This record gives sequence, C-alpha cells and structure tokens, in this order.
Amino acid sequence: MTLKADIRKRLGNFHLDVHLEAGSERLALLGASGCGKSVTLRCIAGILRPDEGHIELDGRVLYDSAAGIDLPPQRRKIGYLFQQYALFPNMTVRQNIAAAVGDKSLRAARAADLLSRFRLEDAAERRPCQLSGGQQQRAALARILASGPMAVLLDEPFSALDSYLKYQLELELSDLLEDFSGPVVWVSHDRGEVWRNCRWVCVLDSGRSAPAVTTEELFRSPGTQSAARLSGCKNYVPIRPAGDRVEIPLWGVTLSCGRPVPPDTAVIGIRSHRVRPAPEGAVNAIPCAVSRVIDDVFGVIVLLRPQAALPGAPLVRMELPREDWAPLADAGSLWASVLPEDILLLK
Amino acid sequence: MDWYPLYNSLRIAAVSTAAVFFLGVFFAYYIARLPRLCKGVLDVVLTLPLVLPPTVVGWLLLVVLGPRHAFGAWVLDTFGTRLVMTWWSAIFATVAVSFPLMYRTARGAFESFDETLSDAGRTLGLSNTYIFWRIRMPYCRQGILAGMVLAFARALGEYGATSMVAGYTPGRTATISTTVYQLWRNNDDAGAARWVVVNIAISAAFLLTVNLLESRQRSTGEGGAA
Repeated sequence: MTLKADIRKRLGNFHLDVHLEAGSERLALLGASGCGKSVTLRCIAGILRPDEGHIELDGRVLYDSAAGIDLPPQRRKIGYLFQQYALFPNMTVRQNIAAAVGDKSLRAARAADLLSRFRLEDAAERRPCQLSGGQQQRAALARILASGPMAVLLDEPFSALDSYLKYQLELELSDLLEDFSGPVVWVSHDRGEVWRNCRWVCVLDSGRSAPAVTTEELFRSPGTQSAARLSGCKNYVPIRPAGDRVEIPLWGVTLSCGRPVPPDTAVIGIRSHRVRPAPEGAVNAIPCAVSRVIDDVFGVIVLLRPQAALPGAPLVRMELPREDWAPLADAGSLWASVLPEDILLLK
Repeated sequence: MDWYPLYNSLRIAAVSTAAVFFLGVFFAYYIARLPRLCKGVLDVVLTLPLVLPPTVVGWLLLVVLGPRHAFGAWVLDTFGTRLVMTWWSAIFATVAVSFPLMYRTARGAFESFDETLSDAGRTLGLSNTYIFWRIRMPYCRQGILAGMVLAFARALGEYGATSMVAGYTPGRTATISTTVYQLWRNNDDAGAARWVVVNIAISAAFLLTVNLLESRQRSTGEGGAA
C-alpha cells in the first residue's frame, strides 16, 4: 500500500512544492520550522486544498487538480495525529474513541477493545483535561485507529514536551504503530527522532522536497547543505574541487576526500565530532590556533582557527569528550584532522 | 391583579429567544468565515438594531409589516392576517432588538473555538453536522447560553418598538413594559409599582444567571469540561 502526494500550493510569498511517496516503511518529513511540513500534511489529509497536484492512496485518487477530484477529509481514510492531540474536550476518552467508529452497531465493542489495547480502561470515563500526556497521546492514537484509517500522519508528535516525557512517549508511539500496516508519515524537525523511528526520510527545505532517501543515506551523504544542516552537521566551508581532493581557499589548505569530487560540489560539511586532534603530518591534519573553548553538558566544544585562514573565514568546530580534551586544555594551538570519508560533499 | 401582561411578556420573550438562537448562531457561524470586508459591513448592519433607538426600529418594522405597505398588504391579501397589532407582532420587535446580542456573543464564542478540533473530527470521518452540534456547540455552550439569557432579558424589557408594532390592548397585546406605561399615564401609581417590582425581580434573576455563567466560563477556561 502506498501514499503518493504531489502538491503545489502558494501561501503569500511561500511556495510549497512537495513530492513524496510512503510505502509500508515509515517515511519522515524532516524540515526546519516554517518549511511547510504541516501544510503538506494538511493538504494530504484534505484540511487544506493544494493549488494543483495529485494525491493518491493505495491507487485511490484523493485529489487531482486536473481531473477536478477533491475528496473531503471524511472520505480520505487518513488518520492525523495533531500536535496537541485535538481530543474533544466535552467528551470522555471512551466517547472520543467511540465517536470515530463509523459503524454504530460496532461502536461499544470497538471502543472497549481499543481502550484495553491502549491501556486506557482506567481513564475511559475521564475527560481529556484530566489525562496525563501519555494517556492523551494513547487516546488520540486509539481514536485514529477507531476510524479505520489506511494511512497515518503524525504532525510533530512531541514538539511541546520536555525531553524525559518525550523519550517515553516516543518509545510508546513507536510500539503502538508497529501493529499498523499502512503508510505512516512522521513530521519532525528533530534528526534524532527521525533516525530512531523512521526508515526513510524526505527533507523539506523552504517548501521544496528532496527525493526520499534512507535515514542512513541522509546521515552518510546528505547531498545538499540544507539536508546536512538538518542532519546535524555544523561545519561548512566553500571549496574548489580538485580531482579527489578539495581546495579550501578560506582556510588555505587542501584536503583529501579519498574519492573523486564531483565538479558541481561547492561546499563541504564536516561533523564537529568527526574533527579530532591529530599528530603533525597525519592525513588531512591542519595546524590550528584554539580560538575559544565552550564547556558543554557532556563534553567540550572547541572553536579552532586554521593558521593559514583568511580574515572572516569560518572557524572549525570540534566536539570532544571532556577527558579527551583535558590533556590539551593548556595548548594554545594544535593539529586537527578529519578523515577523508568524513568529508561531506555538498551542492 | 390580572397576570396577562406577565404571561404575554414571557411567551413573547421565549419565542423570540428561540428564533434569535437559531438566527444568531447561523449568522455568527457563517459570517466568521467571510472575507474581512464583507464581515465588517455585515457586522455593522447586524449590530445596528442594538444602538438604534427602539422607535426607529419600530418605524422600520412598520414600513415592512404594516397593512398599507407592500409586504404587509401581500400577507393580508394572501393569508387574511394582519402582521401588526396582534400579541405575536411584538415578536418581530423583540427579535430585531435582541438579535445583535445573540449574534455578537455567539460570534465571540465561535472565534475562540479551536479549529483543529473540527479538522480532527473531519479526518476521523465525522459529518460536518455532527461536528457542529456535538463538538463546536458544546465547546461554545457557555458563551451561547449567556447570549441567550441576554437576548431573553432584552426581549422581556422591550418597550419602544413593541408599542409601535403591537400597540397596547389589555388582555391581548399588553406586555409588562407597555402596562407600566399605561398605568402610569392613568395615574395608577400603585398598579404601576406592582409591575415595576415584578419586572425588577425577573431582570435581576436573569442578570444573576448571566454573571454566574460568565464566572463559570472564566474559572473553567473556554469550553472547559465542568
């Protein structure tokens, strides 16, 4: 079963142009806030109407601007988990779930079954405002499954939670979704969440989607600077390709990449925990002056200035465990290196 | 003491509140979705009866309903019924003056509604009718109830337009407010005083209800589950 969406929509100065396809493996839609992730989900669910495009689910056309098809949300069979869960405040948990069961004769039985599967029996007669965050999430998901969806959309399910609760709910949501066999689109701005929960990822950058890749692929070779940024990479510097090496005029060095550098490569990215202190003369070792040291929660962030750097060149950010930095703490300068395979070649 | 004015006032207010409930909710719901310009213009037109003198409203109603004017004459010819000077003629007047109160409170309540609840309902396959009556209205119920109480109280106290459209016929079109005026004109201060006390008691009870509803709304939050 697949969900295919091809959506173009203009909202003021903002242009959305998204192509995505989700099969039985979870697809993450990863993007910074305001890049159009929620708008995309709303268009797929039928809450917003795209200007043009085509949306289909399991061969059933939900929207097609050319053919004039636009099914209302009620007939799309797409479950939507809202950020704040959107439980009906005037109904109990049981009523919330029962309301979503289409067939009246099955309502009571389906609701009872879902309440027990989602461990909500004790909360069944309570109202949403009396539930814990975890219960609210389970109730919202149970309600979605009660409506018998063929695909499920998750709109930043944990955006408003503190990190401990977020971690617990994330585990739980992932488990509860295991039983659901249809396409799942998981919207997030958090690379860790995407890595842990999804197999595929589609990067959305100011309204434009990149082709979906596996999460491993995104972290190994993001391809573009915006994708690299979303994958957590912090160091960027413009380069000139030179065979299987890159020249970096701003830093006054040439680094080996261990593979041919495509001619359209304009920038390289280096993850800050891949920068390491190295002996003089090691592969890609650069002499640097220590510009600033920032103490972080579990480690140290060191900002380095390559000795041949031009004025205004970006500093190199290096992240180290505290014990690795201790022996170097008094050094004003050091050699830092990055392995050839750790250099991300970006367009 | 002849209690007819009390009975007449209460039935006029009750019927007009029922009418104003549907009209106010209908307009509030649809106008909230219009483009800003239309919304602004309609808002002014629909709120106007609240600030116009009741005699102006009465005069405008007579221009439409009077038997010598087009619509009133047509109804008289077709159904053999005069639209003015009957007990229910006052309903036209009370609907016109109490409608803005219902409309504005209902619109305020609808504007505070969390639209994602409606979106969630639609993705769950719930019909728009179900969403309106089972989710939107219960969520906004305190605002809407307060609007109904205000509309009822205003209808009960209506004098100017009522006296022009329904007149004062004891035992037929007399209401509390027109009775007080007639008794005072006839120097029956004792009789007027009795009706004044009745009126103050009813109005005070209604205002107390409004205040209770509003304070409950504040303490439980918008549409909070009480």
